[in-house]
Amino acid sequence: LEEQYTPEYGPTWSDQRVERILGALVIFVVGLLLALIVVVVIRGWPSFSHNGLAWFGGGGSVEDQLGAIALSTETGASYVYTFHAWPMIWSTILICGGSVLIALFAALFVAVFIVEFAPEWMANVLQPVVRFLASVPSVIYGLIGVVVLVPFIGNHLVTEPQKASVAGVISLTGYSLLAAIAVLTVMIAPLMVSIFSDGLRSVKPGWLEGSLALGVNRWRTVWKIGVRTARSAIVAGTVLALARAIGEAVMLAMVSGSVAFAPNPADGLIFVYEPSRPLAPTIVKNIDQLSSPPFNATLFSIASVLLLSAAMASMAGYIARRAMRKYGNP
Amino acid sequence: MEASVSTPNGPAPPPSAGKHTGAVEGSATWRLADRIGLAICWGLGLLFCAIAVAVAVYLFIQGVTYLKPSMLTTPATSGVSQSETGGFSDALIGTLMVASLGIVIALPAGIAIAVWLVEYGRPAALARITESTIEAIAGIPSIVLALFGTVIFGSTALGFLSRETEGVVFGKSFLAAGAMLSLVALPLIVASVREGLNSIPRHVREASYAVGKTKAATARRILLPACRPQVATGAVLGLGRIIGDTAIIVVLLGATQNFGPVEGAPFPLDYLRGVGTTLTNFVYEASPTGNLNQPQKAYAAAFVLLVLVLILNAIVDVIHRRARRVGTWSS
Repeated sequence: LEEQYTPEYGPTWSDQRVERILGALVIFVVGLLLALIVVVVIRGWPSFSHNGLAWFGGGGSVEDQLGAIALSTETGASYVYTFHAWPMIWSTILICGGSVLIALFAALFVAVFIVEFAPEWMANVLQPVVRFLASVPSVIYGLIGVVVLVPFIGNHLVTEPQKASVAGVISLTGYSLLAAIAVLTVMIAPLMVSIFSDGLRSVKPGWLEGSLALGVNRWRTVWKIGVRTARSAIVAGTVLALARAIGEAVMLAMVSGSVAFAPNPADGLIFVYEPSRPLAPTIVKNIDQLSSPPFNATLFSIASVLLLSAAMASMAGYIARRAMRKYGNP
Repeated sequence: MEASVSTPNGPAPPPSAGKHTGAVEGSATWRLADRIGLAICWGLGLLFCAIAVAVAVYLFIQGVTYLKPSMLTTPATSGVSQSETGGFSDALIGTLMVASLGIVIALPAGIAIAVWLVEYGRPAALARITESTIEAIAGIPSIVLALFGTVIFGSTALGFLSRETEGVVFGKSFLAAGAMLSLVALPLIVASVREGLNSIPRHVREASYAVGKTKAATARRILLPACRPQVATGAVLGLGRIIGDTAIIVVLLGATQNFGPVEGAPFPLDYLRGVGTTLTNFVYEASPTGNLNQPQKAYAAAFVLLVLVLILNAIVDVIHRRARRVGTWSS
């Protein structure tokens, strides 16, 4: 096929050559992603193979385990890999799950508001506001969380009896699940709003008009027809926000308390005041130890769990959207 | 849109045409549950505005209070009190360096991938794989990208990109951080340029082919100039993401206080191969949880960072407005 074509611009910039150069670049990027997955998993494999499924389990203090891993390189003895990540996995689940749920609720209402119900002046205010909130760098949210929200929680929300009740286990200073969830929600909700409102805008007007013509009021119409039709956009936005939440490292390292402690819902409502540390901030906080081989393996094993979770989230989103394709809207 | 209400439960204002629906209906006739829902809408909308105003005003006040012009021109030094530790000129320049490095790599690559996807895209299987790849790169946490970067740039073959002493490669440099940050910006650029290319109707291409232009020439001379606004938008969005990233900087730029140029290299290369810092990293280190703990400097740097982001936002706005005025193929 390629031989049939005689280039008119000289051999250097012939069409085939351009196609091949661009194709090579595309293959390079695809290969880079594959290399990333393979390298991260292989680098983290020693940690998984030494711990087995106990990697995901609890038991022992994570700080002690990390300390022992770091120490094993310095002393020159055989490497130690023992690592039980459950407190950090639990913290990731609580913080990401909590903030995505809250953000989903809030973003859905705000997106409906912007697209359908807000007066024009209000929509014109809200759209730049959402874009502004989405573009503020996460480290700025972290800074504000640390200097405003954390002291507020520590000094005003947590009462002295509450602090005393868990004094032997953990100290409640304001670095908490609550702070982490609040800041993370503010970070990801705008992202969801912009994707949701794009989805709501692309609902065919005729469908909404049909419902209105039947005498259904505007509120019901939007929720029963508009939001349902835009379901695939809602899934896409939620998945993107979840991936962002799972991967957020620096901001959570600042406000979550950076203690590998598993907040216990059995403690009652006080557990939202307890500090913790999700998986991604654990990498940032321990990045200095990267040159130690067993620690390197541990950090890469955490990274592969993050990678896997993000991949599973987008896979779930893809399957959900496929299932919804029959409802018509793109 | 004025068909909605001014207050959630108040009397409906005079009806006018709705945007989509053409509805002539206020909320006064709705059931209580629906009106409560609308009240929640208003409440959350106002809450968003309040948060945005609070963030902006708080940072503005703190920034104006603590930012001195000298901070922008003096590098950070070590000292005991906040008045002795200099400014953050190295961080500011570092941010600009990282941003330009990242975008210099990401923009051509992003345009090329978008052109390949829209204009060539064969074999079809590769095109599908590429689409998912770009989506996947967008979903990879930047801390994972950073760790991957330590493996790539720590390899002996790429030692010329960072500091290398006696065969041991340090693996942290502006070049390393810029290259990894370009991956952060890449999906945004590809998505934006693709959208632009897709919005150009088929007959434009056919007209170009009919006068004997090749696909490559068509893309370069006709299609890419036509979607210049989308290219610019993608670039600016990518810049914003690069400037705001912290994890890759902490891991791949060495996160020092000052530039650490490599000795013996010619001028621009010694800095590019050396370690350094950026505004995001400076804010992280100077915050109460960081190693420096100089909240006043953190406010000042965060304010400068926010101003940069706002400038980028304004540029996107201007591009959009101008593009709308000029008009597009589809309209």
